[in-house]
Formats: sequence, C-alpha cells, structure tokens
Amino acid sequence: MTGTAARLAKIFLRYGFKIITLLLAVSIVSFVLVSASPVDPVQQYILSLGTTVSDEQRAEIEEYWGVNEAPVERYFNWLSSLLKGDFGTSLLYRRPVIDIIGERFVNSLALMLCAWVFSGIIGFALGCVMGMYKDRLADSIIKKICYVLSSIPTFWLGLLFLLVFAVILGWFPIGFSTPIGVQESDVSIWQRLHHLVLPALTLSLMSFANIALHTRQKLIDVLSSEYVLFARARGESKWEIFKRHGFRNILLPAITLQFASFAELFGGSVLAENVFSYPGLGSAVSAAGLNSDLPLLLGVTLFSALFVCVGNMIANLLYGLIDPQIKEAQE
Amino acid sequence: MKKMNRRTKVLIFTIIMALIIIAAYIAGALIPDSAVEADFTCIKQPPSLKHPFGTDALGRDLFLRTLKGISVSMTIGIVASLISAVVAVLIGVAAATGSKKVDAVINWIIDLVMGVPHTVLVILISFAFGRGLKGLLIGVAATHWCSLARLIRSEVMQLRSQQYIAVSRRLGKSSGWILTHHLLPHLVPQFFVGLVLMFPHAILHEASISFLGYGLPPEQPAIGIILSESMKYISSGMWWTAVFPGIVLVLIVLLIDRLGDNLRMIIDPYSAQE
Repeated sequence: MTGTAARLAKIFLRYGFKIITLLLAVSIVSFVLVSASPVDPVQQYILSLGTTVSDEQRAEIEEYWGVNEAPVERYFNWLSSLLKGDFGTSLLYRRPVIDIIGERFVNSLALMLCAWVFSGIIGFALGCVMGMYKDRLADSIIKKICYVLSSIPTFWLGLLFLLVFAVILGWFPIGFSTPIGVQESDVSIWQRLHHLVLPALTLSLMSFANIALHTRQKLIDVLSSEYVLFARARGESKWEIFKRHGFRNILLPAITLQFASFAELFGGSVLAENVFSYPGLGSAVSAAGLNSDLPLLLGVTLFSALFVCVGNMIANLLYGLIDPQIKEAQE
Repeated sequence: MKKMNRRTKVLIFTIIMALIIIAAYIAGALIPDSAVEADFTCIKQPPSLKHPFGTDALGRDLFLRTLKGISVSMTIGIVASLISAVVAVLIGVAAATGSKKVDAVINWIIDLVMGVPHTVLVILISFAFGRGLKGLLIGVAATHWCSLARLIRSEVMQLRSQQYIAVSRRLGKSSGWILTHHLLPHLVPQFFVGLVLMFPHAILHEASISFLGYGLPPEQPAIGIILSESMKYISSGMWWTAVFPGIVLVLIVLLIDRLGDNLRMIIDPYSAQE
C-alpha cells in the first residue's frame, strides 16, 4: 500500500511542478503581451472615471499603478500580489478581480458542465451508431452532419438559436442568466435553467462532432480485431459483441478525449456567452479586452490556463489507467 | 466512354471546388466600395429580387456586403495560415533535427500555446497590437501552427532514420545539403495539405474574433462584423441579416475543408485512408 501512496505522491508532485511552471510561463507571456499594447492603462483608467483629472492626481495614479517602474519590476510586483491572492481591481466592474472570477466561474461552470456532459453522451452514442453501422446510411448521414457542424462558427449557431427559439418562437429568454429586474436571491433554479438551455445547447452542438468521429474510429478498430471475429464465430450477436467487447474498450478513451478538450470548451464558451449576454468568464474576458481592463484580462487568462491544465492532467492520468505502458513511461 | 477511376473523379471535384472558391473570392474583391454605401431610401428591406439577401439598417445591400466580407475574411485566413504553416515547418524541422534541448524547449512552447484557450490567446495578442488587422493576423497565425509542427516533427524524425539519408551522410554531404535535397522536398505535400486544412479554421477564428469586436474596424465589412451588427437587429425581426451571411460563411468554410481533404487524398493517399 505504501508503494501506491508513494507513487501517487510522486505523480502529483510531478504534475504540480508542471502546472506551476506552465502558469508562470503563461503569466510572463500574457504580462509581456499586455505591456506591449499601445493602449495606455492610466489614460483608460482616467477615461473610465468619467471626470477630469489634474496633473498631480494623474501622477499619483501613475505612481500607484507603478507605470513608471521598469516592466520587470512591475511584473514581480504583480506576481507577488498574485501570490498573496490579490489579483487587483477590475476597472470595468470596480470590484476585486478575484471576486468577479469566482462569481462568474460558477455561471460558466454550469454552462460548460451541461455542454460537456451533453456533448459527451450524444457524441459517444452517435459515434457508437456510426461504428456499428459503418458505411451504411446512418453512418454516412451522421458523418456528414458532423462535418457540417464543425464548419459552423459557434457564434452563428448561437445567433440562429436566438433567432428561432427566442425571437420567433419566444420559448426562451433572449439573454442573461437571470430574468431582468428580479433580485438575485429571488431567482428560482428553474429560471436559471431556462436561461441556460440555449447557450448550453449551442456549446454542446459545437463540440460533439469531434468525440463522435473519434469514437466511430475506435469502435471500427475494435470490431475489425481478431477477437471480435472469434466472438462472432462463437455465435455472439452483434449487440452482445458491442456490449462485451466494443463498449468497454472505447468508453475510457472517449472520456479521456473529453477531458483533453477543455481548451476548446472554454474558447467556445467565450463566443456562446457573448451571443447570449451570459455573465460568465467568457463574456468577462472579451469585455476586459475591449475596455482595456488589464487586471481582469490577466486574471481570467491565468484562470483559463489553470482550467485547461487541470483538464489535461486528468486526461493524462486517465491515459495511464487505460494503457499501463504509458503509465510506466510517465513514471 | 471509359469509366473514370476514383482518383480522376476526386481530381475533377477538387478543381471545381477550387474554381468556386476562387470565383467567390475574386467577385468579392472586385466589388467597389461605392456599391455597398449607405442608401437611406431602402433600409431594412427583406430579401427581394433586387436585393437577394435584403438590406441592413443603413440600406446597404447585404448580398454585395457578404461577398465583399467573405473575400476580406479569406484574405486574412490565407495570409494567417500561410504564416502559420511556414512557422510550423521551421519549428517542426528544428525540433526534429536540433539537439534534445531544442526539442524539449519547442515541445514546452507547444504545451504553452495549447494550454491557453485559443480564443483567449487571440484576444490577448490582438490587444497587444492595439486591436487592429495586424493583431488579428498575428493572433490567428500564432495559434494554428502547433498540430502541423508536431506532424512535421514526427515526419522528419522518421525520414532521418531512412537508409538513403545515412548513405548521403556517409558520402560526405553536409546536414544543410541533406535538409534542402532530402528533407524539405518530402515536406512539400505535407505543407500544402496542412495549409489547406488550416485555412478554414483560420477563417472561422477570424470571423469569431471580429464578431467579438476585435480586429478590423467596423467600416471593413469582414463577415464577423456583418454578423455582429446583425445581432442588434434580430430582436426586431430582421432575420435575413443574420441568416444569409452566415450561410455563405459556412458554405465557403465547408468547401475549403472538403477541398483540403480531397487534396490530401490526391497527394497523400495513405494518410487519408486512416
């Protein structure tokens, strides 16, 4: 038992190190990018105040922001306050960035989780159907649908849904995560779900093609193997073969792929949230970029990198579970 | 008439597709700015014979605007994917032929680029360049090279273990000679297939980022900007402003995607079978 615990500890230590170096790199790159921008943050801040500022006050703000310090020094100041849990204050929302991220992440997580589970199940099921009926009508139809869906931009699909289901049919609200004019605490879970349906549907339709095509290929590989041939010779029916040999072999790779797709999921949610004015991290990051809200932009970037990193880590651990050879190579 | 084999059929389809794409591109590029100027005598008109896609809130003809927009998007897409593909070849070859350290650093950089959601990364890069065309191009180019670079790295690794390379080396040819005479010619088909497969992704990305409000100024009718303008009007029932430009975008992306697949089938039948 101690051997297992030690191995687990070693794995976590290794991944912990990897995550920390990656996040450090992301913080450096994003800081350099933001500093290179011709947009003057002090000017933006003053504009966002909406009042005129005297030269003295301006100098004070510049001092507070440390604009006149060397970039390297500024980076280390920012990093040390990050480590203390201080992400700075958002210019756009006038609140600590960490609070905004926390609050909006809950919204985004609800959206992404729905889409993730839904696209996973639908994609896996369709992939199984395609694999079982390879080169038949169902296979070619679903395959064509997958190709078409992967050529449709997320935001346009969202626009179409908005047009059909919210504007023309009026089944769903046009945007936001809660009804307008209702207190946050009075919103029922049904109202929240009602607002979640369209964005979640958009996001899931965007991501299931990948998993479906992957599952199809895996199932075809399994079904053309020799042990399946033998099973068929023994008289197992098609369904029995799928249940005993196919399903078990392809489920875990599919789940792994889903975990590895966190980056696309987050990227898609930026677009879906913007179309539906859904108050999540995705709409925050694009608003931050458009309004030169540097603390928020940097904060969300780091957070999204952490999110993707965790997904990739889980995927890697699952790979090890599927294929012990990889696990040994990892250690 | 003799029956055509599959390859010839694919070849003919590919040429037809390429012609359609080029025709759409040239048609869009030839439309003068004056044709899409605001015309307040015919605002918010639904599709008709005179305006097949209808007109927008400023009375601009959406059909012409869409064509113009798609050609702007295609220009950005092809330039960005060209940059990206060249970067991918350089980095892939460097990773495969360089020392272990170079390889590790490049792998780490790829992990880094893949570790941030691309939409967020393009937003950051386009912010760094002041939200203009340049930032958009660099952003899209910087996020698309990774998978092709990995592919080329493994391809070169494989090539390097071939016997004829070893023979060349024994004959006293320099690494540079082997690179230009053996390795690079082998990568030409990979490069073109990778480029064409990257192209639709680049267009989709460009459209998404312009839709979010980064990139081109609103006067430039890129397809993403037309669609983001349409968002303001769909709640008042102007459905045509969102539907038609989007359909054109999807059709062009689909055509280019299929073109890439067909091209792969012609150039590299083995990998296309997988």
